[in-house]
Amino acid sequence: MTDQQVAPSPTTSAAPAAVSLRGITKRFPGVVANRDVSLTVRRGTVHAVVGENGAGKSTLMKILYGMQRPDEGSIEIDGALVDFHSPAHAIAAGIGMVHQHFKLADNLTVLENVVLGSEPIRGLTLDRDAASARIRDLSDRYGLDVRPDPLVERLGVGQRQRVEILKVLYRGARIIILDEPTAVLVPQEVEELFGALAELKAEGLTVVFISHKLDEVLDVADEITVIRRGTTVTTVLPSQVTPRKLAELMVGSELPSPETRESTVTDRAVLEVAGLTVRDADGRAVVDDVSLTIHAGEVLGIAGVEGNGQAELVEAVMGIRHGEGQVMLQGEDVTRLGTRARRDLGMAFVPEDRTRQGLLLEAPLWENRALGHQTKAPVVRGPLIDRRAARADTERIVREYDVRTPSIDVTASALSGGNQQKLIVGREMSGQPKVLVAAHPTRGVDVGAQAAIWDQLRRARAEGLAVLLISADLDELIGLSDALRVILRGRLVASADPATVTPEELGSAMTGAGPETTAGPGTTAGPDTTPTGPDATPTGPDTTPTGPDTTPTGPDVTPTGPDTTPTGPDAHTGRHAAPPPADSSRDSGSEA
Amino acid sequence: MAGWDVRRIGLGLAAPLLALVVAVGLSSAVLLIAGHDPGTAFSAMADFGTQPGSMVQIVNRSSAYYLSAIAVAIGFRMNLFNIGVDGQYQLAAMLAAVVGGAVHLPPVLHVGLIILVAVLVGASWAAVAGVLKVTRGVSEVISTIMLNFLATGVVAYLLTPQRFAILQGNNISTKPIPASGHVPGFTTDNGTVYGLVLIAVLIGVGYWFLLGRTRFGFDLRATGQSEPAAVASGVNVRRMVVAAMVLSGAVAGLVGMPQLLGASYSYSLDFPAGLGFTGIAIALLGRNHPLGVGFAALLWSFLDQSALILDINDIPKEIVTIMQGTIVLAVVVAYEVVRRWRLASEQRRVAAELRESGPAPVPAGGGVS
Repeated sequence: MTDQQVAPSPTTSAAPAAVSLRGITKRFPGVVANRDVSLTVRRGTVHAVVGENGAGKSTLMKILYGMQRPDEGSIEIDGALVDFHSPAHAIAAGIGMVHQHFKLADNLTVLENVVLGSEPIRGLTLDRDAASARIRDLSDRYGLDVRPDPLVERLGVGQRQRVEILKVLYRGARIIILDEPTAVLVPQEVEELFGALAELKAEGLTVVFISHKLDEVLDVADEITVIRRGTTVTTVLPSQVTPRKLAELMVGSELPSPETRESTVTDRAVLEVAGLTVRDADGRAVVDDVSLTIHAGEVLGIAGVEGNGQAELVEAVMGIRHGEGQVMLQGEDVTRLGTRARRDLGMAFVPEDRTRQGLLLEAPLWENRALGHQTKAPVVRGPLIDRRAARADTERIVREYDVRTPSIDVTASALSGGNQQKLIVGREMSGQPKVLVAAHPTRGVDVGAQAAIWDQLRRARAEGLAVLLISADLDELIGLSDALRVILRGRLVASADPATVTPEELGSAMTGAGPETTAGPGTTAGPDTTPTGPDATPTGPDTTPTGPDTTPTGPDVTPTGPDTTPTGPDAHTGRHAAPPPADSSRDSGSEA
Repeated sequence: MAGWDVRRIGLGLAAPLLALVVAVGLSSAVLLIAGHDPGTAFSAMADFGTQPGSMVQIVNRSSAYYLSAIAVAIGFRMNLFNIGVDGQYQLAAMLAAVVGGAVHLPPVLHVGLIILVAVLVGASWAAVAGVLKVTRGVSEVISTIMLNFLATGVVAYLLTPQRFAILQGNNISTKPIPASGHVPGFTTDNGTVYGLVLIAVLIGVGYWFLLGRTRFGFDLRATGQSEPAAVASGVNVRRMVVAAMVLSGAVAGLVGMPQLLGASYSYSLDFPAGLGFTGIAIALLGRNHPLGVGFAALLWSFLDQSALILDINDIPKEIVTIMQGTIVLAVVVAYEVVRRWRLASEQRRVAAELRESGPAPVPAGGGVS
């Protein structure tokens, strides 16, 4: 959370409309359709469109960008009525879109990516000089800090996003749609993005900003339109609302909170991972000497920017991937066992990508209930599938987990994402697992389903379930976890106490660049985020985090030492005293 | 629920019927261009194909088609393309005939031994492709094609008088299987239906049960639908690949049995070839469904048989080959169209039903408020 870095422009209400959508209705199979949506975006402003997942934000933006045609309603750009048949029409009208998932070719340079599809031609060849000059010019003008020559694969996520923005500017966009631009960014990168948005606005461009992160929206937007169940609820000024009020407009009801109330951690270790290393095809360690212990009733959260080895760690723990090191389940060495044997011993798995790893999309729900439980009652009896019992138990999950479906005979693909996820969580919680490995359990899930899933996780935790939680949602991690570890380039580099750490502090640790980044401008924490008291925690009472190379990380996050004790003075004298005072590293970093 | 099933069956039938209509249409066009009257051609085919004598032939031939198609379908259900059924059944039939001709056993045992040899040979030949796939990453498409060539070569090598063959007139064949190894057929006035047509039925039932009712079948189907999901659920995909190939090859080994033990009693140069490739087409047409494949095999066999009359009417019988080709092409397209339409309509239906039931969380099972 930051101070209002991009101040609402005083001329907001006076500026003419750049985009005007009236009475947009879109009927669409399986998802919430847009119903009578009206939206006015004034020129030279940042206009946020907020709503929970599945509320219809993306559909609306696809309509504005010409990817979908509305069934009813009209679109006006700069006062002129338009009818887009394809994104090419929208681009010609000065609209550009930056998708949530970048559409860049890794093995091409920035320049090549930017000009792709609108190449400046000199004779028969690409006019690199002209393109390069134009890219530099745009980059300087809007403060994007994009250079034309590097390969995209060398760029970080934040830089890639700026390349995407530059790409649409290069095509002459005056109205830029950003679809969930901060979903993939750590807090520091978000700051940089907001800086860039301020530049765009100052140059008279119009930004439509899709998000469901309310703090950000309040920081950056001049006006906010709330969408719920496919229709616009209201448009408000940021000064008129609080995050809570905004959230209630979005959800239309009371808000769920991921906070776990009281600790249920026991001293019985259920999952012990020691020295786990996973290598990719090139022999590079993508999970590097990871050790962790999870006790019955404990949720251990792993924070990290995506792509730092979380997926591989999860797969190695589940036995989908094999690596070096040891995995123990309730004192039993399962390192050599495959996924099925581990599941039989009580491991459950909520995979990161539910449609790829979690479901058989074209199979009915009751068959999906059997997936991963092919060896367990009630879905099987001996070598046979017990259809009746499987169906009955699917009905139970549908009931207990509020999976909204007309029948258990429909295929999984007919359900919305949130309902698919509830089915998966319900399935994995069946048969009283000892360990749950949950990767992004509420990603892409609406608030209602999120609350339900959190409730179930908490309930199971109270009954002694050990949970390894991977999430990109820092609030979820902090709210649900009993202990936190930070993963960076495959290593567990730090641990944190979820009771005291803030998302910003975790974000610093996740980038591994804690001191410099946190010392940068624009990150002065508001009064509510100022940590008080000795937030820094040495590692938990029984957990023994390791990590051979200690990267000094941000404040309130304890870098884990090479030894099992955080008090190895000889090797690390002067680097970090244990426990470090809360504010010792705030300004000067832990190198002080 | 009943209405739903009817709907599903209707959709299932829509695609093959559509394909058939397209095929008849295109064949008619070809006939017209060639200056023949499609009406005459088709009615001649229908007349001849439904003669009792023809029907016996159709049933006999379709038993081999069915087994071959089921062998292919087992692979298809797991996204494995076993093109090698042809080589598997030829090698299996030949070696089984050799063993059958070499031993003397009590009747049932004798037949059992021959069938066992066929199954084992087919399974081992297919296993080569499976093992290559999981250990060396060789695509089963390539390896089974190669194994077909190898099988042809091996059969040609072994089927010489110096080795396992004897000369009978102009034909070269394995030593005939003695009577104890024959399977009696069902004799009618118009010919004999092979006794081992029953084995095709048994395999069909077994296929249905294995895939639909057992854990193994579930694993196999799950792997075919989504390998990552199957892996995450604990399926050992490498083992499943080998198992599916072995199973497919085992069924492929049976393809030649109805004829070998019901009519020819020896493997000779004129033993029917190409059944494995026909099986691919029939499995596609029958949607890998045990009943669908049955109908497809009968249809294919009917077309083969009824084509015989066309030459007499001065109509080129190749028109049937064109028809069979168009059916397969049309059916592949039609299935994909119907499949997408079905998924989309189901999504629409679910969304609509949920809207009707309102925002309240009322699952279909009811019982919760």
